[in-house]
Amino acid sequence: MRVQIPLIITFVVGIALIVAIFVPHDPFHRMNEDFSVYFDLIAVFAFILGGGNLLKIHGNRISRRGRDWKYSVVTVVGFLAMLVVGAFKIGGPPGLTGDVTADGSWFKFMYDSIFVSCQATMFSLLAFFVASASYRAFRAKTKEATLLLVAAFIILIGRTPLGHYLTGWLPQPLQFLHIPNLSNWILSIPNMAGQRAIMIGIALGIISTSLKLILGIERSYLGGESK
Amino acid sequence: MAEGKRDIVDILKAIDRRIIFLLIALAVILPLVFHLVFSVHSSPIVEAIFDKIESLPPGSKVILSFDYGPSTVPENQPMAEAVARHVLHKDLKLYMMAVWATGPPQTEVLIANVIETDFPEKVYGEDWINLGYKAGNQGLINAILLDLKGMYTTDIHGTSIDEFEMMKDVDNLTDMSLILCIGSGFPGMREWVQFAGDPGDIPVAGGVTAVEAPLLYPYYPRQLLGLMGGLQGAAEYEAALVTKYPQYKASSEQAIQLMGPQTVAHLVIIAFVVVGNIAFFAERRRDRRRKA
Repeated sequence: MRVQIPLIITFVVGIALIVAIFVPHDPFHRMNEDFSVYFDLIAVFAFILGGGNLLKIHGNRISRRGRDWKYSVVTVVGFLAMLVVGAFKIGGPPGLTGDVTADGSWFKFMYDSIFVSCQATMFSLLAFFVASASYRAFRAKTKEATLLLVAAFIILIGRTPLGHYLTGWLPQPLQFLHIPNLSNWILSIPNMAGQRAIMIGIALGIISTSLKLILGIERSYLGGESK
Repeated sequence: MAEGKRDIVDILKAIDRRIIFLLIALAVILPLVFHLVFSVHSSPIVEAIFDKIESLPPGSKVILSFDYGPSTVPENQPMAEAVARHVLHKDLKLYMMAVWATGPPQTEVLIANVIETDFPEKVYGEDWINLGYKAGNQGLINAILLDLKGMYTTDIHGTSIDEFEMMKDVDNLTDMSLILCIGSGFPGMREWVQFAGDPGDIPVAGGVTAVEAPLLYPYYPRQLLGLMGGLQGAAEYEAALVTKYPQYKASSEQAIQLMGPQTVAHLVIIAFVVVGNIAFFAERRRDRRRKA
């Protein structure tokens, strides 16, 4: 029963949601709406699960003095500090109904002074690493690599005002060589074709996996082995 | 002579990464210090959003979702502020929400920079509203497509949604004339297209980071009305807005001003790639000569 009941639930819900897409009338239409709300309710519980999981993994690493355990201490302390100042609304307007992000609250202070700065710093560092990696790895070793290199140059220049300055003087019949136009062409034609191929491939994979779940072929989500 | 040539090749081949970091830092700092500003021209994919907002009659409802965090603020915030300024200028109703937990603080920044500065006469609950963040990712989008008031029973401040004038004739997303998503990942623009725009037949547009923009071209133009890609996309929207409404020149040129550092940084990256390739071909030629 521990296996059959979840399989039956998955089958019934999966079939009902597929039917709801193709038959937009009650009761299927209503079911689609209800299941969306259930999904949102479950998503809220995912926060608790995620928090518990984070504490468990990093707690284990700290207790075992595993690799880079000192970083786990920072993670756990940061997580608990934000959780406590947010949950108990330390500082700012008093009471449970007070705004946790109001001026003067510790949560807002920590968010603005630590979280925002850390995120901005991490993202900014990308520019340095992209430049260094491009210099080391972007080589015209083959025809394909050369094509990629030329496309990258056109996009890099075309996505700045420089493209207009460099080729804006071209006469109308040669406007297709205007760098911003070339950049748009690369994004709209070859890029789009490649992206569509990837998307269709992923969609087919999702359909296949979903069917395996609905039909009970894939059972790893139950905690056991797939048949 | 041969020794000297080999030395140059070796030097070009292995430039210390600290030199690269220093030049990138200078490429960003110097244009900021010397206020290097380029004129920006808008492209058709950005103009499509501008034209859509221009074409909406006063009172039309526009939802603006803040689906990004502090890391991508330099790219995303100018987009959000430019479209919000345009929406409010056209007397459209602005509904702000977030599918990302880090979205609401950015909404507060927009309120301070745009609404309180340029549109102090606009009334909360009549002209604009802040619905805040709700968990659920694409599930939330799917749910509000069918029942917005069921998911958003209060605004961000906890006031009942029924107390607001602009919420009285809103039941779900299909009451919106346009969905604007400013995003930087999952959930974001793709989910708005898949779970709201397409099934609800609602126009979707917006802006994303430069790295995400190429992934969204398959949806343009049928499922995605227009797209601002990265800082350049934001600058193009600002250029279109300032050209039509010069009164916003002082307040709506954030992205245009940041295009100076971005342009110089791109040039530095191109220069390093060229240098790397010169070294690569010179080394290959030198090795062939040695073998011969």
